[in-house]
Amino acid sequence: MTAEHVSPSKLPMPLSPLDGWQAAFDALPDVVAVSEITFTAQLNLRVDPSGAAAGAVAKVLGSALPVQPCTSTRSGDFLLLWLGPDEWLILAPEGAGLELETALREAIGDGPGAVTDVSAQRSTLALSGPASRELLAKGCSIDLHPKVSPTGTCVQTLVAQTGIIIVVRDETASDFLLLVRASFAQYFAAWLIDAGVELTGGC
Amino acid sequence: MQLISCPWCGPREEAEYHYGGQAHVAYPHEVGALSDADWAHYLFFRDNPRGPFAERWVHAAGCRRWFNAVRDTGTHEILAVYRIGEPQPELGRQASR
Amino acid sequence: MTRLPTGGLIDRTTVLSFTFDGRPYAGHPGDTLASALLANGVHRVATSVNRGRPRGIMAAGVEEASALVQLEAPFPEPMLSATTIELYEGLVARGLPGRGTLADRPDPGRYDAMHVHCDVLVVGAGPAGLMAALTAARAGSRVALVDDQPMVGGSLLGTRGELSDWSASVLAELTSTPEVLVLSRTTAFGYYDDGFVLALQKRTDHLGAAAPDNAARQRIWRIRAKQVILATGAHERPVVFADNDRPGVMLAQAGRTYLNRYGVLAGNRIVVFTTNDSAYVAAVELAEAGAEVTVVDPRTDLAPFWAAECARVGIAVRPGHLVTGTTGEERVTGVHLAAYPSGGASATVHCDLLLVSGGWNPTVHLFSQAGGKLEYDAELGAFLPVAGLPGAGVLGAGVLGVRVSGAAAGAVSLADCLAGGAAEAVAALSDLGVAARPVASPPVGTDRVETAGLVLWAAPVEISLDGSDLSDTRFVDLQRDATVSDVLRATGAGLRSVEHVKRYTTIGTAHDQGKTSGLIASGITADALGVDIADLGTTTFRPPYTSVSFAALAGRDRGAIFDPVRVTAIHPWHIEHGAQFEDVGQWKRPLCYPRRTASGGLEDLPAVVARETRAARTGVAMMDGSTLGKINVQGVDAGEFLDRIYTNIISTLKPGFVRYAVMCGMDGMILDDGTVMRVADTEFVLTTTTGNAAKVLDWLEELAQTEWPDLRVHLTSVTEQWATIPVVGPLSRQVIAAVAPALDVSNEAFGFMTWRSAKIVGIEARICRISFSGELAYEVNVPSWYGIAVWQALFDAGQPYGITPYGTETMHVLRAEKGYPIIGQDTDGTVTPQDLGMSWVVSKKKLDFVGKRSFSRTENQRPDRKHLVGLLPVDRSVLLDEGAQVLADDDVSQLPVAMLGHVTSSYRSVALGGTFGLALVRSGRDRIGERLFAWQDGEVVPVTVTGPVLYDQEGARRDG
Repeated sequence: MTAEHVSPSKLPMPLSPLDGWQAAFDALPDVVAVSEITFTAQLNLRVDPSGAAAGAVAKVLGSALPVQPCTSTRSGDFLLLWLGPDEWLILAPEGAGLELETALREAIGDGPGAVTDVSAQRSTLALSGPASRELLAKGCSIDLHPKVSPTGTCVQTLVAQTGIIIVVRDETASDFLLLVRASFAQYFAAWLIDAGVELTGGC
Repeated sequence: MQLISCPWCGPREEAEYHYGGQAHVAYPHEVGALSDADWAHYLFFRDNPRGPFAERWVHAAGCRRWFNAVRDTGTHEILAVYRIGEPQPELGRQASR
Repeated sequence: MTRLPTGGLIDRTTVLSFTFDGRPYAGHPGDTLASALLANGVHRVATSVNRGRPRGIMAAGVEEASALVQLEAPFPEPMLSATTIELYEGLVARGLPGRGTLADRPDPGRYDAMHVHCDVLVVGAGPAGLMAALTAARAGSRVALVDDQPMVGGSLLGTRGELSDWSASVLAELTSTPEVLVLSRTTAFGYYDDGFVLALQKRTDHLGAAAPDNAARQRIWRIRAKQVILATGAHERPVVFADNDRPGVMLAQAGRTYLNRYGVLAGNRIVVFTTNDSAYVAAVELAEAGAEVTVVDPRTDLAPFWAAECARVGIAVRPGHLVTGTTGEERVTGVHLAAYPSGGASATVHCDLLLVSGGWNPTVHLFSQAGGKLEYDAELGAFLPVAGLPGAGVLGAGVLGVRVSGAAAGAVSLADCLAGGAAEAVAALSDLGVAARPVASPPVGTDRVETAGLVLWAAPVEISLDGSDLSDTRFVDLQRDATVSDVLRATGAGLRSVEHVKRYTTIGTAHDQGKTSGLIASGITADALGVDIADLGTTTFRPPYTSVSFAALAGRDRGAIFDPVRVTAIHPWHIEHGAQFEDVGQWKRPLCYPRRTASGGLEDLPAVVARETRAARTGVAMMDGSTLGKINVQGVDAGEFLDRIYTNIISTLKPGFVRYAVMCGMDGMILDDGTVMRVADTEFVLTTTTGNAAKVLDWLEELAQTEWPDLRVHLTSVTEQWATIPVVGPLSRQVIAAVAPALDVSNEAFGFMTWRSAKIVGIEARICRISFSGELAYEVNVPSWYGIAVWQALFDAGQPYGITPYGTETMHVLRAEKGYPIIGQDTDGTVTPQDLGMSWVVSKKKLDFVGKRSFSRTENQRPDRKHLVGLLPVDRSVLLDEGAQVLADDDVSQLPVAMLGHVTSSYRSVALGGTFGLALVRSGRDRIGERLFAWQDGEVVPVTVTGPVLYDQEGARRDG
């Protein structure tokens, strides 16, 4: 088959950097569950949270941006992650990126701000189970105890030897979203699987 | 593993940060009018005190924000951190030029 | 057999077989290798490192300075103390002559790490530590309790079961309290900054071959504590005398521990030589266990209680005497006594075990590492943590957030240890804002320490003051074979600091780090110098407290996950197509794609590169350029920002155009280069070199955030967002036309240094007409999820044209033939754009930009700066060494020779018909046409200097 024969309507399948890894995740002990959440739309948003555009941005997102450092806000299908005092990562359903990007750019208008499509920049993993904190503690210096890192906590930090965004998704701090730069995704997946060789479920 | 307090994210391990040298070294006005010696002084000369020293750090593995810290170079103790644009705390005045 | 029929904390119902020095023995669970050897009557365990003297077991814990062994099974491990190895079935060990041997095969053991956070970390699970942990646990705090033994109790384990029920109940309560972590077999080996303590847990070593495969054998606990309570106890120290190193010479508390904890009577005729009351309980208990015991004590005012006890159990006491030497070879057979302080020799007493106590050294290592100050206590003859600092409690001492309690703080009685532990916990919790009450101490009897101890470092004997006595056998550091004479030789040589004496004598530098010898060395040094030990001080207590293997420190950073391996979205295709890879930073990049040759082998690198470069120059070739750093720059001031960071003007670039750009540091030296694509009025995407991506983003953020916070510009890394595929060669236009039929690819419509949007297999692509080879070329950028699909589409569409995937080596040859520098290879942080002959990339119009002022510095205007030039070897088959020095003259007989620079890049070129190189050469542009010489492999290689552009100097090929 040559390219001339490809119909524009038949788009090729996107391929995740972690394509083929689910079987290895499934082989982890029952006290943890790891699965990739593929092809979510991700937009990097820069805007002054106290500026004129913040209100318009909140209207688009259905919620004000979280301004408390290291937190996140869920708004319908959107997850708004604090990355910096004027920077957020917006997670949206697969395919919703272009429309959202256009709307956010309109909301910002000529004012200070930026919207950048970074959907393929990071891979997203869901980690859950009673030993998930123990698993992360093997490579992460952040205290993920629920008293310290309650639901909604969103930290950018190092796990093992790579940068990770950790989002705490539930009350018992046993359900996490992990975002990793795509080029490091396979290293991180290998690290997770290795760290899962021995888990007690306690800790 | 020392803890450094990011003015935004709070205390994190030092491995998350990169060092940026002395803080509050202003870019000279009208560089074209400077002598070579004055320009070289801006480029290459930095204070090296024993004691409190105002420095730039960036929370590289975190929020990517640059900030200033006053560190005691004798003990490594971080005496204060403050955001870019905020005034240098009294603590570190002696180390500034 | 010296194992008593009953007693001890061993499981007598199970027999463990083990082998030592080739002989089979038996022991029980609960034994250490040392206790099992002693139970079998084995006292000689090792041989000293320099003097070859028989050595035995002198302690029952980590302070052991003598009994070094090597484990042989299940896996060879050298330099372990017999006193810290828990016995397991099938253990094979041998005694060491001071040095062991590393295994010749990879360690199959698993080692890992675990972070833990707590409010209160308690180090040591003896009476003070248990009280501290319990007090903190009952206050609802997050508590971690670490202890190096398999069971809690600390010093209580060496007693006749004192407080054993209480210890067990405390452990039970702690382990059932939420948020309390009890780590046994765990040694806190270093205090670092801000409440950070590293601890090594030996998790499965005691299981031997029965250890589960999936369990980490050893784990480094990375403990971050808000408050630390050190309840680390004290080490008994010996007294130095002649032949004090013989097997059968042991610390008094060790003799008691072997009796009570392991049920081992280590000797039948025992001399207890003590300078203090603490050893009397050992003497009495050993006598009650059936030994014939003599106590030798230099003091004359003996405690009435102990005098009566000795009389009751039939112990002969020799007050006013001390031990000056021993007899025996493989084991001590007797001791020489002398009157004290008169010094007259008095008698020889036969014995098979000599127990020694010279007092106690509080275990202050972690406290000292935390920055705590120590002060000499003349009564105890030891350095104690200084009380009264911030964070210090009533019965303890501390620095901010670190407290010491129990024997480590100098407490002598059990009651004080118990109360001190609870009090320190209350104080620590108070600092955390938690009001807590101390838990009640269990009832204990009165400690019978009634008279002051005598501080005595070494038995006084006639010594030559210059320390020249090489036959001296008064060993200070058994492991280093270092004697009193060695100390005196050091002071005689003029050394006045204990740190210098330590390095001169090596005392305290062995595996035990001088736990029993360090203070004695200080004391002897002080006496020799006639100074007060309080002023002289001790050597520094550096981590690790006990030996930690490199394997444990490495943890899981081994093998495949030793270091992150970064891969592009197209990586699976490269693997499938036989690419050979090279490491570029953490990235794996295809170096080349060797094909099978007719003979069935693989093409060698020169053959592959010849084929790949030929395809790029005469047909079409493609590579994976996704590793390039990419930064999205947005904002109304984006153009202004880029004008300031690049040497050339960017703001005049129109959307749809691309510009090559160079950025310098403030010093005018090139930092990085790349292309800048203007996406829209307020949006650009710039590329960085692969290795500099993170550094450049940090640098740009620093400028944006700290120098020009007024500029409305935002930077976002999009390195992994985009897969980047250069399609290169005179036939590349046909390939792009084939995959993007809607795109007008004519040179008129899609000129050099412009970019267009187009759909390739339905995927929105950004295609740039830029070239790093001089050939007509297109750089295709698509979201990386589609990188492999678009790569495949390009590859398929290129088949009629013989499209050839190429790797980094071919890329290097192509760019070098055109004189395009690689930042970091042809530059080294001392090179300006002008040095590279790229004045054209430096704007004369811009008022200022980063580095501009530096270009006019006198230093940067010198005519003899190094310039980038080409070098053609006269013999075009000779490949220059990258890094080879460039000489003006081929006469190297007169040293030093004048060196003009060095070769930065060197390749074989099909297009140029031979080898060539790039070099940085002093005044290089003025030397074009000259004959210079490269120095390599001990020979001079004549070369001709050329301009850096060797291929297509007119630039005729870029439009196809």
